[in-house]
Amino acid sequence: MDSMNVPEVLEIKRIVEESETVKTFIFSWDFRREVRPGQFVMVWDFRDEKPMSVSLIDHVRSEIGISIRRVGEFTGRVHGLSEGDLLGIRGPYGRGFELMGRNLLLVGGGIGMAPLAALADEATARGMRVDALVAARTVDELLFLDRLEAAGVNISTCTDDGSCGFKGFAHERLLELELEHDMAAVCGPEPMMFQVMRILDENAVPTQLSLERYMKCAVGICGQCCLDDTGFRVCAEGPVFWSQELSRIREFGRYRRDPAGRRVPW
Amino acid sequence: MLETSICNIELRNPTILAAGVMGSMASSLNRIYRGGAGAVVTKSFSLKPNPGYRNPTTVEVTGGVINAIGLSNPGVEAFREELKLVDEEVPLIASVYGASPEEFASAAASVEEYADMIELNVSCPHAMAGCGAAIGQDPELTFRVVSAVKDAVDAPVSTKLTPNVTDIVEIARSAEEAGSDALTLINSLGPGMKIDIKTARPILSNAFGGMSGPAIKPVAVRCVYDVYRSVDIPIMGVGGVRDFQDAVEFLFAGARAVQIGTAIMYDGPEVFMKICRGLEAFMMAEGFSSVDEMVGLAHD
Repeated sequence: MDSMNVPEVLEIKRIVEESETVKTFIFSWDFRREVRPGQFVMVWDFRDEKPMSVSLIDHVRSEIGISIRRVGEFTGRVHGLSEGDLLGIRGPYGRGFELMGRNLLLVGGGIGMAPLAALADEATARGMRVDALVAARTVDELLFLDRLEAAGVNISTCTDDGSCGFKGFAHERLLELELEHDMAAVCGPEPMMFQVMRILDENAVPTQLSLERYMKCAVGICGQCCLDDTGFRVCAEGPVFWSQELSRIREFGRYRRDPAGRRVPW
Repeated sequence: MLETSICNIELRNPTILAAGVMGSMASSLNRIYRGGAGAVVTKSFSLKPNPGYRNPTTVEVTGGVINAIGLSNPGVEAFREELKLVDEEVPLIASVYGASPEEFASAAASVEEYADMIELNVSCPHAMAGCGAAIGQDPELTFRVVSAVKDAVDAPVSTKLTPNVTDIVEIARSAEEAGSDALTLINSLGPGMKIDIKTARPILSNAFGGMSGPAIKPVAVRCVYDVYRSVDIPIMGVGGVRDFQDAVEFLFAGARAVQIGTAIMYDGPEVFMKICRGLEAFMMAEGFSSVDEMVGLAHD
């Protein structure tokens, strides 16, 4: 058998339309290769390959799902695929979320809810109380609300334009909540996470956040996803980091790198 | 005990981060040094920024990986900014590439002030036409590149050669005659390729890529052994080093130090410390008191 570092070509078993711009692609998965919420896979459409986080981990039906927002050429091509079409998947890679305590807070922005949806499933199955702050620009982009509700998650929503729930940014909404959770898990646009982390740190809530960087090899050698100043590799030490770790990452919330390695401000 | 030197650059141990691996940013170079490496080689830089190839750029194969990242780098201006941030105590080897002797010389000269040594990548097996192995497979072109760089810089220069030639000794001599102060042997092997059998597609976007990892070590050790007998300049061995036994083989073949890359995929950045511990224990058990005593022993 080939190693996990070779794309395995899988049939798309089902496609779920989550919103106008987001689809979840579901594959049969052999769980001898364990997947944790927060880990990612490299998705190959035979022309290009991008990292995508795993949004569904179903041990009972032996399935995993990957939720993809249509933003550019690659994601546009993948959105054009149908059930039965093929995609290459290698991985999973990186360090996922850890669960601890009894009360979990999720803060997700846009497609950042993808790994948190998988985490919510695991946490509720373990009997944890889960509060989720689901944020997006508009009501159409709020993701996984039905799925979270079915899992028993207490949801509050927040939109930039006020089209659903609180009008404003996630960190502004967070200031109004009782933050007495045993832990928080956060994923979304980096400027959002930067603000959210500050508030959760002030409230002494142990927090894990999932970072996104341009990936090439995903196996820890190319160095493309290394973070300043520690040199942590997002593909190996991440993509999930504790806030104490991110407090040592000078580039967090400030810049990322393009495929050539040039700095690009957020 | 593990101390060694190459071209008067003092190294606390003979393990060096190989070019192209975690080498684009000061942060990762510092991390690798703090983690135990004796020196670091940067990713190869060129005058202009280069985004490299589209993904997939890396795939695992039996005994290693094949990669065609495509020499992606932010260009020499941004590279200078990174090099400024590398910790003072880190012995730093700057790897440069270009499409002509003039480009090599210009790139080398613009980073010289931040580097202890310049390594010339005339051997990348998947570079665009005119770069990489196209140079290192031609003794005359190799001579011209090395000469141009030597005229342009005062820092010592190591030329990194490709194994994909009929006679690596001929190329090595050519680099030495042109003034190369050291040699780095070898770059990745091939190019090779991997095809997905369900879709009949080559996996790498570039179709071909350079093979690295444990499977290429016997070729690398032979290259070091061959070249050691024919040149008078020091050699850094590279290709498939994963444990201290591998490092010992390279030293015995004639290398003064070993560069390590793909092993980080298997064992993480801690691999440098692991190899150094093993090497030290081996030296004590075998009665060696310095790395120098081991260099070239296989030739006696």
